[in-house]
Amino acid sequence: MSRSDEATTDRISANGQGLAPDEVLAVERLSTHFVYKNRTAKVIRDVSFRLKKGRTLAIVGESGSGKSVTSLSIMGLLSEPGRVVDGRILYRLSSGEAVDLTGASKRTMRRIRGREISMIFQEPMSSLNPLQTVGDQIAEMIWLHMATNRANARKRAVDLLRLVEIPGAERRIDDYPHHMSGGMRQRVMIAMALACDPSLLIADEPTTALDVTIQAQILDLMRRLQGELDMSILFITHDMGVVAEIADDVAVMYAGVAVEQAPVRRLFDAPNHPYTRGLLASIPEANRERDDKGQRVRLTAIPGTVPSLYDLPPGCPFETRCAWREEACLEPVSLEPCGPDHLSRCWKMRQA
Amino acid sequence: MARYVAKRVLGMIVVMFIVLTTVFIIVRLAPGDPASLMLGPEATPADVVALRARMGLDQPVVVQYFSFLGQIATGNLGQSIFFNQPVTQVIAARAEPTVLLTLFSIVIAVAIALPVGILSAYTRGSLFDQGSLSTAMLAASVPSFWLGLIFQQYLATGAGWFPVSGFGSPSATFFERVHFIILPSIVLGIVNSALIIRFSRAAMLDVLNDDFVRTARAKGMSEWRVVIRHALKSALIPIVTVVGLTFALLISGAIVTERVFNLPGLGSLVVGAVLRRDYPVIQGVLVVIAGLYVLINFLIDMLYLAIDPRVKY
Repeated sequence: MSRSDEATTDRISANGQGLAPDEVLAVERLSTHFVYKNRTAKVIRDVSFRLKKGRTLAIVGESGSGKSVTSLSIMGLLSEPGRVVDGRILYRLSSGEAVDLTGASKRTMRRIRGREISMIFQEPMSSLNPLQTVGDQIAEMIWLHMATNRANARKRAVDLLRLVEIPGAERRIDDYPHHMSGGMRQRVMIAMALACDPSLLIADEPTTALDVTIQAQILDLMRRLQGELDMSILFITHDMGVVAEIADDVAVMYAGVAVEQAPVRRLFDAPNHPYTRGLLASIPEANRERDDKGQRVRLTAIPGTVPSLYDLPPGCPFETRCAWREEACLEPVSLEPCGPDHLSRCWKMRQA
Repeated sequence: MARYVAKRVLGMIVVMFIVLTTVFIIVRLAPGDPASLMLGPEATPADVVALRARMGLDQPVVVQYFSFLGQIATGNLGQSIFFNQPVTQVIAARAEPTVLLTLFSIVIAVAIALPVGILSAYTRGSLFDQGSLSTAMLAASVPSFWLGLIFQQYLATGAGWFPVSGFGSPSATFFERVHFIILPSIVLGIVNSALIIRFSRAAMLDVLNDDFVRTARAKGMSEWRVVIRHALKSALIPIVTVVGLTFALLISGAIVTERVFNLPGLGSLVVGAVLRRDYPVIQGVLVVIAGLYVLINFLIDMLYLAIDPRVKY
């Protein structure tokens, strides 16, 4: 089947309306549920964000906030019984057409994965196939999506290893993953992800499992490659420090909803939602180790735990842990502007 | 890699040596004097002494042991008392049905078990998965002789698709002989597929949840490729192990099935030899089967090497 045939079957242009010319991705009112026999986990509820060409959007939140499920929803890689139950995921194909990924056929999704949208994962140790050389794994990506022969795919794989700054690329290409360190493997994952010049790279906690020094190298590498290849990055992390390093815009997720969205500077300078404030306050600071009296400063933590996704409070999901909570917080609250390009899901802080 | 192979070869020799010693001891521990048994109650003591001398039974045990090892090292398994032929010839004459039965059974078992195991794992919890698991349990619980009798009743006597039993006349062509082997092979194949189904399902379940399988999906390949090229290859090590062990067990475990289907194989040979106290034949068959066991285990180890680049110690 040719490309245009598939486009017609999926009614790409009809469904993809609403994506601005400079936008690569727009997630609109996305809800993803995991439906079990007698209960339903509402893992993502009503999440919206937009990503412009060449920009980096960080989704930040603690484990269980739904940030990884958001990325898997976009990729169409939700495991059973996960299902996108509502909303649209608009994506601009490299051909310029816009498509709603929630309605795309399996075939279209296969063509988009790796070719249009690539993904790198948290665990570089286990995300590569242990039985294949890294060269074969990169080359596989190339010939899956591009008309090329073995020799050319291999040559491109070597070039990609050079691109991600692996020394001795010609030799390392025949190495198996177990010959490499964690940082090296993550470089290989990046090389593989970039093999087909994707317009969007989804990075799901790509530096979490790495040493801090290696982490910085990988972030540098990603920033450099983003500039060179003009791609957009959706960066998923729980680390506010990493957000500050790499993001242009930030969406803070909590218990399946976006509680605050803002450009990165604005978010750090003027956080609005109590949860964001809590997150920022919990970053340890080296020069704040002792207070004025010379006493050791205790690390700030947000008290309590995330509510169960099976049994969410009716109002604000953060209400159970919030220091500013009131009666009115038991009412549902929506994400609304509280400044330029700044959205918050807290009625109280918006007024303040 | 060379070290890995050398280690396995050395291990194989050591195991074989222990096996030979054990075979030698066990056969000699059995009660009764083979010479007087063979000659019957009417034999004169002089006849018995003469036969004992001919069989080397009058020598000290240590001498018997070393001459046994020496013979085997030169490929000589001794002389059958009953057939009055070299044991190697006796075994060779009976090997074909057993070898064919074993090979066909394992092929049938794998042909059933691998797709079922993979699909079960892939559709975990589905009707197919539950059905295949309970069927496998049933197949493992059914005695092979019973299944053999049922198959004879319906597929041989009833439908007439296969001969009921035997291995054809000595002049039968290879394909005619194979025709005799198919029904018993199906029986053994079904019975032995159960374990392989369980193992391949478990191994695939393990692998399908691995991160690199998710990576494979994220690369945009077909599910078929994800499952077969990426997941299955990783699950092969436990599967190869259980297939190899089943294969080894089949060589010796075909005895009952050979009986039911009246196949003139190694199983019936060894049963007859035990009843006749034909020591050299018992020894010979044990040595050959043990040797095949060790060889198969060695081949499994070599397969590991081919499958997984991390194996090298």
